[in-house]
Amino acid sequence: MSTAYLRYELLRTLRNRRFLFLSLGFPLVFYLLVAGSARGVKDLGDSGLSAPLYYMVGLVSFGAMSAMLSSGARIAAERQAGWHRQIRITPLPPRAYLRAKVLTAYLMALLTMAVLFAAGGAMGVSLPAGRWLEMTGLLLVGLIPFAALGILMGHLLSVDAIGPAMGGGVALLAFLGGTWFPIPDHGFLHVVGQLLPSYWLVQAGHVALGGAAWGRQGWLTVGIWTFLLARLAMIAFRRDTGRL
Amino acid sequence: MTAAGVALSGLTKTFRSPEGPVHAVRGIDVSIAAGETVALLGPNGAGKSTTIDMLLGLTRPDAGQISVFGRAPSDAVADGAVGAMLQTGELIRDLDVRELIAMVASLYPSPLDVEEAIEVCGLRAVAHRRTQKLSGGQTQRVRFAIALVSDPELLVLDEPTVAMDVESRRAFWETMRAFAARGKTVLFATHYLEEADAYADRVVLMAHGRIAADGPPTEIKGLVGSRTIRATLPDVSRDALAALPGVTSAERRGEAVALACSDSDAAIRALLAAHPDARDIEIAGAGLEQAFVQLTVDEGLHA
Repeated sequence: MSTAYLRYELLRTLRNRRFLFLSLGFPLVFYLLVAGSARGVKDLGDSGLSAPLYYMVGLVSFGAMSAMLSSGARIAAERQAGWHRQIRITPLPPRAYLRAKVLTAYLMALLTMAVLFAAGGAMGVSLPAGRWLEMTGLLLVGLIPFAALGILMGHLLSVDAIGPAMGGGVALLAFLGGTWFPIPDHGFLHVVGQLLPSYWLVQAGHVALGGAAWGRQGWLTVGIWTFLLARLAMIAFRRDTGRL
Repeated sequence: MTAAGVALSGLTKTFRSPEGPVHAVRGIDVSIAAGETVALLGPNGAGKSTTIDMLLGLTRPDAGQISVFGRAPSDAVADGAVGAMLQTGELIRDLDVRELIAMVASLYPSPLDVEEAIEVCGLRAVAHRRTQKLSGGQTQRVRFAIALVSDPELLVLDEPTVAMDVESRRAFWETMRAFAARGKTVLFATHYLEEADAYADRVVLMAHGRIAADGPPTEIKGLVGSRTIRATLPDVSRDALAALPGVTSAERRGEAVALACSDSDAAIRALLAAHPDARDIEIAGAGLEQAFVQLTVDEGLHA
């Protein structure tokens, strides 16, 4: 009975033009501008990667991260409308409600990734199919903590606060994670970057591109963030809805 | 009354506020038999919405028990036995009316047909309109459709007609009546005495977080629908005035008399027939708020 609910959630999200513009349009336009002007650069910042490839992976992580967190904005808007009270007096279990939110966020992230992959292809990025899949799979794992973060923010912040919080949060995480330019392989930024889930999201892309590996530290960092953020998200959800 | 209905016992809820604790509900007992239509009548701030929130499992009571068809509120909700139209709340955007009703219907085990809900709530003309483009009255009707489409055993309506015009109101109550006629239990909150009188089998009167009265609408109407007739009438005894039909009590201050009436229409006719020399006549309604305060003071409840 919650498949119909999920279907309508997706329909609503796809009809939200603001979301489509920000989540799909912004990374795409940005990619075309940045990668387009550096199209000839074959070895960006000694990373061994071409500029269109590097920026594609960076913007994929950025766009997918934004798409995941946008579930928070939708939750905050529903709370402001009082819709969460209406949902609470239906038989929809909290688990199914949260699952719908996470799946919607994931499908939006996949949509963003598909658009950027297509744009990368148009810019001359070409990879074997196995690499695309491997990269996509790792990115989806790397997005798990952001799914929890979206729910946490949605149940914690008001509609007014969530816009700036998400904008600033995404920008900072993207910057420190190496979305905009390669993180040096030693020093302060390197240490800080490696502690963030966004760093490993960017690295997830790089693994499939033959860059630095997602070793034990990567899995551990993503695992710890997932655990912590999921716990906090559950606490915020319960406190917000009065459920036990 | 019956174990199968709704029972609230010893229900208490206090909220904290910067001005100190607000005793929203101060220990109420209400039993509603299955199939009954009950109005929860009271002025703003009487505790009606808090009571309803507790009944729906949205707010946890500080003390007391709630049973909905023999179950805890959350279990009754999880079984799809309860449908409600809350007092506040907007609709979510980016779906049309039919889609939103279908979305809610999909969450229930045995919902009404979506087209039927659209039809009985008068939403046919706007079925394809996006929810963010509806008028206030249309939004209320969609919220009613959302409550009805679950085909609940218990329908709870918290001040449902607030944003409606006269015609929508009439249509709304007709639909509610047809629903109740199918053996469903209905509890609605209102601060309109006329609505409680016209559409409920029984009226529970709330004031200051307590039950001030509980009985058939005619009885409650007699209690709170009272009017006072004032007139200048020198030479008639108080007892003679109190004995007039429709008069519950009479007072005299000098030449002026004040008659508290349960039926002011009958009283004024009788007064003028018996004492045509009465002059400076005024008839005033007490108003719900004043009547409630009077009732609670009379019963020594105003702690």
